[in-house]
Amino acid sequence: MSGNPSITSAGGTTTDQRRRTKLRLNASMVIGAVLILLIVALALVSFVWTPYDPSAVDPVARLQSSSTEHLLGTDKFGRDTLTWIMYGARITLMVGIVAVGIAVLIGTPIGIIAAVFAQYPWGVWLSAVIMRANDILLAFPALLLAIVFAAVFSPGTGPAMVAVGIAAIPGFARVARSGTMQVLGSEYVRAAKASNRSAPAIAIVHVLPNIASMVIVQASVAFAISVLAEAGLSFLGLGTQAPVPSWGRMLQESQQFLSTQPELALWPGLFIALAVLGFNLFGDGLRDRFDPKMEARGNV
Amino acid sequence: MSENLLEVRDLTITPAGAEAPVLHDVSLSLSPGERVGLIGESGSGKSLTAQAVMGLLPEELRSDGTVSLQGFAGNILEAKEKTLARMRSDLASMVFQEPMSALNPLMRIGDQIAEVLRIHGDVARRDIPGRVLDLLTSVHMPAPESARYAYPHQMSGGQRQRVMLAIALANSPRLLICDEPTTALDVTVQKHMLELITERVSAVQAGLLFITHDLAVVAEVCERVIVMYAGRIVETGSVKQIFTDPQHEYTRGLLASSDLEATDAHRKLFSLKTARSYAGPIDEAEPAAATGPVVADEPGDVRVPTDVREPVPTSAGEAHEAVHSPPLIDVSGVSKHFRSGGLLLRRRSPVRALDDISFSVASGQRLGIVGESGSGKSTILNILSGLDRPTSGHVRVGDIRVESASSSALRTLREDLQIVFQDPFASLDPRMRVEDIVSEPLIARGMARDERLSRVQEMLLAVDLDTKAMRRYPHQFSGGQRQRISIARALVTRPQILVADEPVSALDVSVRAQVLNLLTDLVDDYALTLLFVSHDLGVVKHLCSDVIVMKDGHIVESGSTEDIYAHPREDYTRSLIAATPSLAGALASAP
Amino acid sequence: MITYVANRAIQFVLALIVASVVVFALMSLLPGNAAQVALGTNATPEAVAALEAQYGLDQPPLIRYFNWVVGMLTGNFGTSYVTGAAITPVIVGSVQVTGILVIAAIILAIIIAVPLGTFAALEQRNWIGVTISALSQIGIAVPNFLAAIILVIVFSLTLGWFPSQGWMAPVEGLGGFLSRLVLPVVSLALVQAAILTRYVRSAVLDVMREDYIRTARAKGLTRTKALFVHGLRNAAIPVITVAGVQLATLLVGAVIIEQIFVIPGIGSALVRAVANRDLVTVQGVVMVLVFLVLIINLIVDVLVPVVDPRIRNAS
Repeated sequence: MSGNPSITSAGGTTTDQRRRTKLRLNASMVIGAVLILLIVALALVSFVWTPYDPSAVDPVARLQSSSTEHLLGTDKFGRDTLTWIMYGARITLMVGIVAVGIAVLIGTPIGIIAAVFAQYPWGVWLSAVIMRANDILLAFPALLLAIVFAAVFSPGTGPAMVAVGIAAIPGFARVARSGTMQVLGSEYVRAAKASNRSAPAIAIVHVLPNIASMVIVQASVAFAISVLAEAGLSFLGLGTQAPVPSWGRMLQESQQFLSTQPELALWPGLFIALAVLGFNLFGDGLRDRFDPKMEARGNV
Repeated sequence: MSENLLEVRDLTITPAGAEAPVLHDVSLSLSPGERVGLIGESGSGKSLTAQAVMGLLPEELRSDGTVSLQGFAGNILEAKEKTLARMRSDLASMVFQEPMSALNPLMRIGDQIAEVLRIHGDVARRDIPGRVLDLLTSVHMPAPESARYAYPHQMSGGQRQRVMLAIALANSPRLLICDEPTTALDVTVQKHMLELITERVSAVQAGLLFITHDLAVVAEVCERVIVMYAGRIVETGSVKQIFTDPQHEYTRGLLASSDLEATDAHRKLFSLKTARSYAGPIDEAEPAAATGPVVADEPGDVRVPTDVREPVPTSAGEAHEAVHSPPLIDVSGVSKHFRSGGLLLRRRSPVRALDDISFSVASGQRLGIVGESGSGKSTILNILSGLDRPTSGHVRVGDIRVESASSSALRTLREDLQIVFQDPFASLDPRMRVEDIVSEPLIARGMARDERLSRVQEMLLAVDLDTKAMRRYPHQFSGGQRQRISIARALVTRPQILVADEPVSALDVSVRAQVLNLLTDLVDDYALTLLFVSHDLGVVKHLCSDVIVMKDGHIVESGSTEDIYAHPREDYTRSLIAATPSLAGALASAP
Repeated sequence: MITYVANRAIQFVLALIVASVVVFALMSLLPGNAAQVALGTNATPEAVAALEAQYGLDQPPLIRYFNWVVGMLTGNFGTSYVTGAAITPVIVGSVQVTGILVIAAIILAIIIAVPLGTFAALEQRNWIGVTISALSQIGIAVPNFLAAIILVIVFSLTLGWFPSQGWMAPVEGLGGFLSRLVLPVVSLALVQAAILTRYVRSAVLDVMREDYIRTARAKGLTRTKALFVHGLRNAAIPVITVAGVQLATLLVGAVIIEQIFVIPGIGSALVRAVANRDLVTVQGVVMVLVFLVLIINLIVDVLVPVVDPRIRNAS
């Protein structure tokens, strides 16, 4: 046995590496990550290169099927569908990032605060009020809130993102609250209190790391929901407005050509589905990794 | 095959995808009507063996070997689920450990008993309600008439286990398997349950396979004992044989470390390592030779405490002399009521967790607080450490009035009073390294990092852990090691008072002895005042100079440990002592 | 049980009051008032003032809120500033249409998901269980409007089995009603069935690990039978909650399907009102939708203790 710190830390590193390699990747997570990276790549590449200009109209080449010139065909104005898909990926990701960002940044602290308040006699009421307000917000589904926002402000990507984000707040608040309650009720938090750690210190040192995994899983799922919501709103004409390319509106515009050129509906539909699938699978994979109960289920 | 009721041959169980089996070539047999105990610690494979006999092994386990049961044609391990289902409860029944989750929460008790009668169809449909009532009466269920209509959540743990026994014996099976049926119960309830099992098993003349980790319990119920260790059977013999003349080293170790009455030359509990010098359980009637100072040159690799900092009074007698100075802890007239209620429309009468509790603890004293679940013993700890405030009454620790203490006074209090918690798996933050866990109390003091780390190192060595442990995470340690980490965290601030909340009740017997020995050493070395909360009278008797017995938020009686154990004044204390299983007592009554 | 239900009912009423204030405030705090919005930016101040006076918009907000709430309680949602028609009949008619659509969809989803999810749990280690899981994961990712478009292409445009759009009330002809109902209901139900299948599967898997299932097997039931007798009712508790949330989401979520199939549901009414800048109608429709969502939550909250005696006896 040696008290030499250098030996100690060397020993620590090897066990760490062992721990890291032990964390297996699971199929859901890998497929999910690949799909997400595909969408991200499409969006990033669109900034430097697209096959055509998105607004380049070509009346001769309208409503074409896949060809070497237009890999995914063209729309009613002869605009290149692949170009539009690439541009649409930007909107999809932006809406997701902003909406989930709003929900995480507002919902998580609300949940933590509600859980912390519930510990004190003076805070029980406050905590209950916060969670009731949360429940009332839950009565406004994302789509309804977005439609209301479109009515109050003018329809557009901005109000849509904010509405979808606000509608996702209760989900994060609930996850953060139940996670925090669990951590605060644990014996290691009792031990920390008995060790004179202050409430903020406990929240940072014990609560945040232990609920982070749940919040990340929720974020992944919320991202998938916001992709769907944006597409739906744009489909209704209440989301992203022309001429900005968006998958939902592409799908909506394809409707009048369903009998003549169904491919026009296929591509945006496929990419919406792939994006949602990607985030859902990634979230599932994460949950399996983080939740020992689920992991046991996957293993056996 | 033979006239044996149960015959297990070369049972080997391997998890799917794993190379190494978790159960190796287990062979055992039971004659009709025989009562056999299967004993072992966690991971010994005793429960797997029982599940294999019932054909209830989880699907992901591969099993080889043969299990044959009188009246059942073929090998149970290879039988189809449908055939097995007909066998279960008809030929062999099982009572499980966890009374809280073993019954369907959505179904009335009577319906759950009736179901087992209906499945096997031996009782005419119109006779079922009467038979259900008979069965509930036979397990001495209070108010069996109305119990039929109760849901499981309306019953206590002991009552649910009675229901489980009624279900298990409803069709008069040839074999009853009990898997730790009393482990989750309070000792007084356990005693009744064990008597009931013995009574009912003889009434229906069934064989019994009784699985437990507790040697004393097995001796009360069984005629023969099978000892398992790490997936193998290490020894088989009659209760007397196993208890008085164990052949295998592990059996001897288990026996020695279970015996809280016996100590070695250094007044330490025996562990697996020191078990060689263990002489066997001693009947309480005989003079307690082993507990007195014995020859010091006893062979064996016994751990000798090397670093005794200052001599402190340790024995009960010396501690009492210190009482003349004002007590270190003074609790007077403390009550704690919990109000349960929601946001709206919900008000119930408060629950009295503590009712007018008074006691005091002198510096250097070792006080045990004993009680069953719901006695309020944990609430006292919370109040003493300032984690909870009393509804009324006064608590003084040192110079600090805890019930009205400011947050800075509470901070001072907590530097002097530290806690070791019960569950070694829940009391350490899974996402923190050991060094951060142990140094947490020092961070709050604002100590510099280098100094913190050297203190942590010193403390880990004191609890016999390698300093390599510092950079590891809790999940990389066993239960006993985690409890050492927990103790290190509690002592790193050099507190005067150590409060231990059931610190060994989640540990295996052999590990328990080691942790208790460590605690004894540290209490001596650091001149600690010890408050030890436990449901286990044996542990308290070994460790503490004084004891408080609690029930339903009241103090039943208090005094020096020896006094209370030898001459209990109250009925409750007497019944508690009588119900606590002890090796010597069990051996005396063994057939 | 009675206190529990009363408790929930009070929470429901409180939530409804708060929600109505929020909806009213959102609509009133607009830059420019409803009359201005309805008439457009080119309207003369006199015309705006006249419209304001006509609809009582010149009164203080508290009075207007009070009038609005009292109106709704007596079944009067007011008149549209844009069309001048009464709003109540529009809401009543469209709620009926959406109600039929959504309830049919959730029933279909439950009929598909419960057996499929249970089967997937029982066969979780076989290829068939894995396939069901994978299919449900893909099903969740398909937005319902994409499902609708695919169904229209296949069953309407190609096979010609069902009309591609339109609505007919049951009283006008049951055949016409049903044939127009099939595609929208199926496109709504498929996605919900996929989501529900996953929840059923995980609830059943959770339940199968419970000790009481082991007890039931020890009593002499086979694994499958133990699940059916003891497991499914326990698994139903989380599934009821999820189905309730789904029903609430569908109410609004059906709007896109209503648009695709040109169905005069509540969502269509809402989108039309938004497009027409008809804020009074928007306000009324939103309040009705919020009311329905809260009612569904209340029903779920009351259903759970009916199944679970532990909650029933808790208070």
